[in-house]
Amino acid sequence: MTTKENKKMNDYDMEQLIGQVLRYGVLISGSIAIIGGIWYLYQQGSGTPNYTTFNGEPAGYTSLTGILKGLAQGSASEIIQLGVLILIATPIIRIFFSLVSFIIEKDRLYIVITSIVLFIILFSMFAGLKV
Amino acid sequence: MTIFTFTLILLLGAYLAGLAGSLTGLGGGVVIIPLLTLFFHVDIRYAIGAALVASIATSSGSASAYVKEGITNVRLGMFLEIATTAGAVMGAILAIYTPVNIVAILFGVMLIFSAAMTLRKKSEAALTVGSKLSYTLKLNSSYPSKNGPIAYKLNNVGAGFSIMTIAGILSGLLGIGSGALKVLAMDTAMKVPFRVSTTTSNFMVGVTAAASAVVYLQRGYIDPGIAFPVIIGVLAGAFTGSKLLMKINVNSLKLIFSIAITLIALNMIYNGFNHKF
Repeated sequence: MTTKENKKMNDYDMEQLIGQVLRYGVLISGSIAIIGGIWYLYQQGSGTPNYTTFNGEPAGYTSLTGILKGLAQGSASEIIQLGVLILIATPIIRIFFSLVSFIIEKDRLYIVITSIVLFIILFSMFAGLKV
Repeated sequence: MTIFTFTLILLLGAYLAGLAGSLTGLGGGVVIIPLLTLFFHVDIRYAIGAALVASIATSSGSASAYVKEGITNVRLGMFLEIATTAGAVMGAILAIYTPVNIVAILFGVMLIFSAAMTLRKKSEAALTVGSKLSYTLKLNSSYPSKNGPIAYKLNNVGAGFSIMTIAGILSGLLGIGSGALKVLAMDTAMKVPFRVSTTTSNFMVGVTAAASAVVYLQRGYIDPGIAFPVIIGVLAGAFTGSKLLMKINVNSLKLIFSIAITLIALNMIYNGFNHKF
């Protein structure tokens, strides 16, 4: 450990940073989900749920532009989807922070490994696997 | 039933799922799917979307504490995430070609396996000599305990990596964290002490689920009306669970939960064979 302590950043710092990223990601997405949820119940609470057949969600909920457009109109469903989006983004941001930490630590092997994981997720996001 | 009552019942269900999931170590996702499909008759695809969201919520929520305590092996998690994320993407692609009743049957089998894994004997033993690859990949580490840090070394890295790929595929296909398979890969194959394997598995679930969640979100599996009670309920449940875990003996609870899960699983398999999904 003595050699590591001389570096600007060590594994302990990285662990604290990752912990904070995860905590704030969950707190923020949870809070947005509560706000959107209350608004959603206020708007549609007396309706009937219809989930027995799968229709797929409309484009408004499934793409970033759709969600942002809905937010501008103050739509409750899109507020909730924003919370979902932040929740999904939290572990991805965590990987990004790990990558930065490994770069500062000059751990080449783990810079490569972390980049591969990040690449796979970004591929999954943009490869149009939605069908 | 109105949306309001649907939401309230789902919120309560998700709370109990998060509570049970954190007390037994199974995660929130496994209870969400049967709750939605068998009880609310929600299409299994919406249920998978909700379970993914639940898995990410529980994983990130509890991992934040474990990582800070230094129990989680971040490098091991990072390395194995190559296998689980690649597997999860494959699983999400496979899901297009897999009939829903097959998904239900596979889910049932996975549930029974998870229930069995909860009851297994846990090994706290730490290896003193690791395999060559474990040194090359810098996977050997130590974790804090009451008597100071305990060092451990790893074995069978290749086998662990392979099981992780399968865990990833199932996670992408079924929408669950496959925590049980992840622990199996680390405990049984790689000989990671169980405190490290459970927390590292939990740490990895979020990333694995996110890899397939980005696909499922675009496919329209994630419905806001189901997602918000699930997120809030599961998070609150997991939080209560983590507080309770220190105070109560969970052994009998695990047994009851495993039996309940097995019965639910048999129900899912039966319905799957009868094409009721």
